[in-house]
Amino acid sequence: MQQPSTDEHPVVQHAHPTAGVYLRVATILVILTVIEVGVFYVPAFHSILVPALLLLSAVKFTLVVMFYMHLKMDSRFFTFLFGGPLLLGLGMTMGLMFLFGAFALRR
Amino acid sequence: MTIAAATHRTSMGLDSRKMAFWAFIGSECLLFGSLISTYLVYKGRSVVGPYPHDILNIPFTSVSTFDLLMSSLMMVLALAAVQRGDLKWAKVWLVATALLGIFFLSGQVYEFTSFVREGLTLQTNLFGATFFVLTGTHGAHVTVGVVWLLTLWVRALQGQLTAANAVTVEICGLYWHFVDVIWIVIFTVVYLIQ
Repeated sequence: MQQPSTDEHPVVQHAHPTAGVYLRVATILVILTVIEVGVFYVPAFHSILVPALLLLSAVKFTLVVMFYMHLKMDSRFFTFLFGGPLLLGLGMTMGLMFLFGAFALRR
Repeated sequence: MTIAAATHRTSMGLDSRKMAFWAFIGSECLLFGSLISTYLVYKGRSVVGPYPHDILNIPFTSVSTFDLLMSSLMMVLALAAVQRGDLKWAKVWLVATALLGIFFLSGQVYEFTSFVREGLTLQTNLFGATFFVLTGTHGAHVTVGVVWLLTLWVRALQGQLTAANAVTVEICGLYWHFVDVIWIVIFTVVYLIQ
């Protein structure tokens, strides 16, 4: 059954990516995971292990959220609903680690 | 637009079910944020073993990570199939996602039992307590996701899943992908950064 065309607040629909985009994102995610495991096992990378792994993880996280969860094309309000608590959670983690001395310089 | 969809609109023109679910996912960010914080704060403070480097199996967990990433791909393919009204492929992708979820859970059960056999329990040390609570909570979320996926699959088998109610699959997908991104963080923070 159709609604009248004079709908005051119509639901806004956003186009989702194609299957090709989903497959390309999956390929990138798998490649990044292989690099993560590679970085873990190669001793030459151990000096940059933590920043490299955090960066790779952040890229994977962003790709899934932007393309698979459609935040890239969906309403910015959803980004606010997700991003606000996410930043709060990140701040809480950093704050607690700072308070409990996890960032203290080690001899 | 159908009546069902129209009744769920908001004054912002957004689907209220999706909006509520994004708010729920936001609250889940804080839940997992607190669990990950607890793990990180107590990291390296266990006075007795086993310690992470003694017990964590990276090759095995890498396979689990690959499995969960592929399940996310299956989920978006299921959503795309439902949105174009292709019920046959929607059923295939939905059950494939659920099976990959079950495979992940089987891996977690195997991992937990092998850790317990090696002497790591919730009570052993701070690593055991924080590790089991964090990964166990994630596993519980995966279990809920698998049940939800199988419910959608049964609805698809009954012919109740159509392009008009694709948003139900989209919301399930949001949950499933969230579980996936949490695992992306856990895999890095717990398993790779030891």
